Amino acid sequence: MKKTTYIGAFQEALREEMSRDERIFLLGEDIGIYGGGFKETAGLFQEFGEKRVIDTPISENSFVGIGVGAALSGMRPVVFLMFADLLPLACEQIVNEAAKMRFVSAGKMSVPIVIVPIIMQGFSAGITHAQSLISWCIHIPGVKTVVPSTPYDVKGLMKTAVRDNDPVIFHLHAALFGVEGLIPEEEYFIPFGKADIKREGEDVTVVAISSMVSRAIKAAEELAKQGISVEVVDPRTLIPFDKETIKSSVQKTRRLVIAETDCKTGGVGAEIAAIVAEEAFDSLDAPIRRVACLDMPPPFSPVLEKHMIPDENRIIKAIKEVI
Amino acid sequence: MDLEGYSELSSDQLIDIYRKMVTLRLFDAKICELFAKGLLPGFIHTQEGHEAVAVGICTALRKDDYVVTTHRNTGHCILRDAPLNSLMAELFAKETGCCKGRGGQLQLTDFDRGILSISIVGSGIPLATGIGLSVKLRNTDQVVVCFFGDGASNTGQFHESLNMAALWKLPVIFVCENNLYAMSVPVSKSTSVKDIANRAVAYDIPGMVVDGMDVCAVFEAAQKAVERARKKEGPTLIECKTYRFGGHFYGDDWKLYRSEEEVEKWKKKDPINKFKTKLIDLGVLTEEKVKAIDQEVTREIEEAVKFASESPALTVEEAMKYVYER
Repeated sequence: MKKTTYIGAFQEALREEMSRDERIFLLGEDIGIYGGGFKETAGLFQEFGEKRVIDTPISENSFVGIGVGAALSGMRPVVFLMFADLLPLACEQIVNEAAKMRFVSAGKMSVPIVIVPIIMQGFSAGITHAQSLISWCIHIPGVKTVVPSTPYDVKGLMKTAVRDNDPVIFHLHAALFGVEGLIPEEEYFIPFGKADIKREGEDVTVVAISSMVSRAIKAAEELAKQGISVEVVDPRTLIPFDKETIKSSVQKTRRLVIAETDCKTGGVGAEIAAIVAEEAFDSLDAPIRRVACLDMPPPFSPVLEKHMIPDENRIIKAIKEVI
Repeated sequence: MDLEGYSELSSDQLIDIYRKMVTLRLFDAKICELFAKGLLPGFIHTQEGHEAVAVGICTALRKDDYVVTTHRNTGHCILRDAPLNSLMAELFAKETGCCKGRGGQLQLTDFDRGILSISIVGSGIPLATGIGLSVKLRNTDQVVVCFFGDGASNTGQFHESLNMAALWKLPVIFVCENNLYAMSVPVSKSTSVKDIANRAVAYDIPGMVVDGMDVCAVFEAAQKAVERARKKEGPTLIECKTYRFGGHFYGDDWKLYRSEEEVEKWKKKDPINKFKTKLIDLGVLTEEKVKAIDQEVTREIEEAVKFASESPALTVEEAMKYVYER
């Protein structure tokens, strides 16, 4: 094993895959010599050159569409959206085009594109540069949604994403970029649709998404001192979604809390709660609790933004409500 | 009409062009008839009046080139050699259709033959540009034709994509079929320029205004643009001034926004009649041959209708099959 960061592991996946497959190229704003707005593509332009790492004008809708067109015709683009907040600008090409091609052609066309939005939550980036829009992405049949939370997961999932023949939205969370972790020296892949139990426990299941995973683990560590045993489950991919791991965890703990980075109404947590209520209601001994961002635009003020985003204390509070 | 662009074409090729235009016209007429009888679900958008644009452009292409078109697409699919049977079966929403009943007229697509229909106005433009980028990265000499209407030239995607296509010298031919109306709104009320081709100036690429009712003129312009694209010199914007003889869709109450006189005036410029007269004058076609072509094409279309109507109806077992690869 070797130590790396979340973003380092992401770049390692790209580097390995780009070396293997010449059809893979990168498209986005400031990803070339600048190395990405948050250094997410650092070094790749120097290594692979301007034909493989292409800076675009500020035209999100069209450059995502260009990625889709290239994917339709033999290439495998990875398209960066510097902020997840830019997803709305590209929605047309994701929702109406990329998602539909395989279906409308009865399998003759495919769109092997990976779209990488970066969630800048927690940096006072304000109303239009700090949103988490993961739940929007699970409402588009035809598109897969990946939410890596650790260096190990980000590499293994990204390698799977670029080899997938369907459109994948791969949400990176900027708050995790510097997080360190161990990854194998040798090549590995993480299949889609396989949740990971990040910490085993007996009394309550916390399904945590993206940056909420580490907060849920902190909450679990704190509660362990109080004799409460928390199981933390990270779905890792939301489409496809590993219902079975979550249901069997709930069957064991009989309690469910969901922690997510999106706002609460119509969020990922709502969907997971509905699945468990529909398919594992009998396993529950307490109501399901959702811990999510407040239903408000991300505020500029650090005080207000911190108030908006769930922390481990809110997760602890929710757990205590169901124990 | 000038036949300059056809100088290298044989009589057979000229007749073939005529035959293609007739096929497009009769196919559209037939699907309107079927739709009126309630035999086709959904909506029908036809190309009557646009035939010279479709044939003029597509005749300049190779089999391995790409065409991205719009909701007004029947002719483009036929010209890319999508079998009439599979096109008609798609309109009947049958398993034997080119999209197995998932697309319908709006999305009529046969990508194995390089034809892709995109029904959100303007959205085919980035996709065609992306296919152009793919061609460039794969270093082949294929070209991409992107058909769109006057309405699409007002979308952000048009401007964003032309900028990138010009910047990266992509082998894309942007063909604006200016039929004077975006659904009901006339270009005079939606578009700041008299000639949409002038928008090419903003991206420093060639822009051509062409008589879209003259198949020779369109073919000539297409050849120039194709040559430029194959030589990797970059994109071209061709504006074809044309007219749709029907409504925006079949059943559209078009008298609300244009006069019968205006439609009649344009019908006098019918691209098929015009070309037929020219070929008869030149001795390439005879009235008998014209009749024979009509009969032959009608028979082919009737065969397609028979094939489509006799194809089994879709069943729901595989409804979800093509949402994801796995």
